[in-house]
Amino acid sequence: MPRLGGATLGRGLVTAYLSLIVLIPIAALVSKSLEGGLSGFWDSVTSPLALSALKLSLILALIVVAINLVTGTALAWVLVRDKFPGKALVNSVIDLPFALPTVVAGITLLALYGTNSPVGIDIAFTRVGITVALLFVTLPFIVRTVQPVLLELDREMEEAAASLGASPFTTFRRVIFPNLRPALLAGTALAFARAIGEFGSVILISGNLPKTQTAPLFIFAQIESGNTEGAGAVSVTLLVIALLVLLVIGRLTHWSLRHGR
Amino acid sequence: MAARDRLGKYGLRYFALGYLTMLLLIPVGMISYRAFEHGFSAAWSSVTTPDALHAFLLTIEIAAIAVVANTIFGVGCALLLVRSNFRGKALLNAIIDLPFAISPVVVGLALLLLYGRTGWFGSMFLDNGVQILFAMPGMVLATIFISLPFVVREVVPVLHEIGDEQEQAAQTLGANWWQTFWRITLPAIRWGVGYGVVLTTARALGEFGAVAVVSGRISGQTETAPLWVWREFGQFNTTGAYTASLVLALIAIATLLAMNSFKRKEAS
Repeated sequence: MPRLGGATLGRGLVTAYLSLIVLIPIAALVSKSLEGGLSGFWDSVTSPLALSALKLSLILALIVVAINLVTGTALAWVLVRDKFPGKALVNSVIDLPFALPTVVAGITLLALYGTNSPVGIDIAFTRVGITVALLFVTLPFIVRTVQPVLLELDREMEEAAASLGASPFTTFRRVIFPNLRPALLAGTALAFARAIGEFGSVILISGNLPKTQTAPLFIFAQIESGNTEGAGAVSVTLLVIALLVLLVIGRLTHWSLRHGR
Repeated sequence: MAARDRLGKYGLRYFALGYLTMLLLIPVGMISYRAFEHGFSAAWSSVTTPDALHAFLLTIEIAAIAVVANTIFGVGCALLLVRSNFRGKALLNAIIDLPFAISPVVVGLALLLLYGRTGWFGSMFLDNGVQILFAMPGMVLATIFISLPFVVREVVPVLHEIGDEQEQAAQTLGANWWQTFWRITLPAIRWGVGYGVVLTTARALGEFGAVAVVSGRISGQTETAPLWVWREFGQFNTTGAYTASLVLALIAIATLLAMNSFKRKEAS
């Protein structure tokens, strides 16, 4: 009986903590953004600047995820199947973007690819620059979800496919890829959510120009100028987009696990 | 055929490593060059100003509070998720991951709206003279929000793996709940907890967006190290910005080393 009481108490404490830290602030955000009614919300979200910021964030997040799927899989592959000196070091360096403060990530990229670039590449204040920053902060996601699956993968299947005359590409597409699909989807979800909401690493690179204003930068600018209602409406939209994408990817993963093979 | 295979192998290797070098290694290496561009003493004096030191100290204080809070919550919540069954467990699971799906700026705005003058909790605290926004409590709340999921997410799989046979054995032998947790469960999950703590610390030390909104960014008072870096860079004190970035990057690398040793211990 005391165990049951303890579990109930624990559940209550966890719920209280989550409510205080996460749920009540989000409820306040949603309620404030709807203070001007649905039409006010709609007007805020569909203002030209808000719309272009949301569109830019969405497109850049999609591009970044697409590039990550290729480079992340390649890196995971090289880390699992290849042998070269310094591999352990490369393996631990992959996590650096998780550990590095985002504003440092932005400054880091500007040191090499900024206005005084020692290599003559200047991507400061451009959309390319923002894309590179997003690639930097999302680098580990696909690598770290694909890597363990590749490690576990049975190589006999690939050898069988190859001995039956399948080209390396066909082997990858028909044998390896179906096994990686759930991991790729999980990595995609994490990278997308991170890219669409990223702020610290892009704020310096964007240079506060309209053409490089992503949704989080737009929200920040609106807060700074006192328009919290407009900022709230775009925030809620951003949150809904992220949750919808996570939901769709969750369904896809479920489907892939059932019908994938 | 063999030549083609080798081309594929080396091609892939140099593509992957080249990408990593251009995107990550050279830029991070560049920070130390930029920091010491004008000599060591210039770098040293740029980050030992009172404001800079205050910013670093504040960052450490906030991170320490957030880490302790989220570690206690994380272990408790993971135990609840793995060791008991109740309605709404799936919902609880989904809510825990919410901070990963929310932009830090949005977190800041949510707190601003909740504790602001016209917010639900705003007048309650302000009337009693308790300052939440533009002060330590708001910054701590923002940092806790942002770094909430890490410990839970690292401890849940470990708890699944160790099973509950030993815990049940201890309880059959008359150990109470606390003894079981302290003597059996905690030692078994310690590396998982350690890994979660390291991730939480890294995230908390580097938090920028949420804290930028709720802190009011008063230099020497509510300015954390990442905010200090941002302001100095904007005011063209690049030596200071790069030197402080270097310090933060070194902390990040230390974090990385800790992560690796925890991962190895967990595996063995």
